[in-house]
Amino acid sequence: MQKIIESSGITKNFGTTKALNDISFSVNESEVFGFIGPDGAGKTTLFRIITTLLLPDKGEIKVLGLDCTTDYKALRKNIGYMPGRFSLYQDLTVEENLNFYATVFGTTVKENYDLIADIYSHIEPFKKRAAGKLSGGMKQKLALSCALIHKPKLLVLDEPTTGVDAVSRMEFWDMLGKLRQHNITIIVSTPYMDEAMRCDKVALIQNGKILAIETPQKIRDGFSRKLFTVKSVEKYRLINTLRKYPGTLTAYPFGDSVHVTFINDSADKTLYDYLNKEGISDVVVHEAKAGIEDRFLELMEGKIK
Amino acid sequence: MKEKVISVHNLVKKFGSFTANDNLNFEVFRSEIFGFLGANGAGKTTTIRILSGLSKPTSGEVTVAGFDAYRQTEQIKKNIGYMCQKFSLYEDLTVKENITLYGGIYGMSKSLIKERTHELLEKLHFQEYENRLISDLPLGLRQKLAFSVAILHEPRIVFLDEPTGGVDPITRRQFWEMIYETAARGITVFVTTHYMDEAEYCDRISIMSEGKIVALDTPENLKKQYNAATVEEVFIKIARPILSPTTPEILPRISPGNFNPPTPHLGG
Repeated sequence: MQKIIESSGITKNFGTTKALNDISFSVNESEVFGFIGPDGAGKTTLFRIITTLLLPDKGEIKVLGLDCTTDYKALRKNIGYMPGRFSLYQDLTVEENLNFYATVFGTTVKENYDLIADIYSHIEPFKKRAAGKLSGGMKQKLALSCALIHKPKLLVLDEPTTGVDAVSRMEFWDMLGKLRQHNITIIVSTPYMDEAMRCDKVALIQNGKILAIETPQKIRDGFSRKLFTVKSVEKYRLINTLRKYPGTLTAYPFGDSVHVTFINDSADKTLYDYLNKEGISDVVVHEAKAGIEDRFLELMEGKIK
Repeated sequence: MKEKVISVHNLVKKFGSFTANDNLNFEVFRSEIFGFLGANGAGKTTTIRILSGLSKPTSGEVTVAGFDAYRQTEQIKKNIGYMCQKFSLYEDLTVKENITLYGGIYGMSKSLIKERTHELLEKLHFQEYENRLISDLPLGLRQKLAFSVAILHEPRIVFLDEPTGGVDPITRRQFWEMIYETAARGITVFVTTHYMDEAEYCDRISIMSEGKIVALDTPENLKKQYNAATVEEVFIKIARPILSPTTPEILPRISPGNFNPPTPHLGG
């Protein structure tokens, strides 16, 4: 299988800030590869290096077999980049923006229309509207269409779903799924851990370091403890009480329950007795499969300790 | 009897021919954590601007902290706190300077500002950051500080507009513990978020779609009602995507301020 990206030891500093610290990874053809991590983790810096907009201080990186630092001209023709901030021309219409991008890359909208048809058809009724007057969801679709119009081999999406509601996020990922049929490799960053499950492979990234690179399934399997969900009506009191319980290792709120690990890896009678004594008698405890976010928290904790 | 701090009856807000808020009815109580959810463009920001005294309703009755949203907007502003993800603190001022600035804007005495600054820094374990510029702080710390500053003047209600966007998973959880603590102290927390797991932490949530409130209840009741395992499922079922070509998805832009966070002097 052809490697679309191969990088080793990428380091980038801004003054005293280590934005990227020894980053190595590789991306296979037609993969959807996700970089998952909070703001400030280094995702944007890395993407700017991949798209040849920034030079690393150290390390090597090849994209589509070309060197990012020397072959940038050839490379740019084959990369579609959707930056985190809306980067289209606000005062051009939807249609004008799309035509502009096609022209810059020496192609036409007509030539590659099939690639964007699914996405662009949602906004086509508004093609005479200025891009700046579109709502968030539509801007996102226009930006994606513009990044795709020259039929790139690699699509780079920097936080395309940040600030986007749960329904639109789901739709966006469905669109990405369809793009794979066109043999486009996608790298995407997101702060939403649940989106990791939609990727073929993910890298968990924090403070410029990669914590793990694996398939989402294997990342979940990497959770080292037995995980329990504990529920009670009084959530806040439950969290605080669980933290005080001597047998508790970690206790984090997760939606309507608390995810807990215990020193002896079991939720035994001592726990129920303790909670009862503290006045929480309605608890429901289940063993559960760890999710990506559980593993991310575990890895983060490991870094802190 | 629970004390009402926000009361909204038949609220309508129109921008030209576009109805951004279409006959909203809800109440929020003291000490409550109220999740205000909806798809992008559903009209949440319009409502929050009205509730914080920045915009007036077209019709309907709205009172916030006992004040009228048409005539007493200045009193409303004094009794609320506000923070959002996009703008929260002045980056080129230090931690201490930001606290002093907001305290001053809310008319707190110098001695009270000093006392609260001390308390706040101690509580957040922020002493070492006192004289650091905001721009030098990691996002997570910034957001925690912004929240603390938004409630520095002990408002009746604090509005948090996507406070945890992009924040790491540990800080996100610490932030929610701050929310719980604040609510337990008697301050009402009115919060928007796109993290549906966070919606589960709220006492009650409302879901807005196309200018209307389409659901309002406790997370448990909503899940039962919609036969869903999570709030996210409920949300996906009812917060209809507003993307069909026939739906006007465009938010009105009466003034350039429409998409911007409320003016900085509001606080937090």
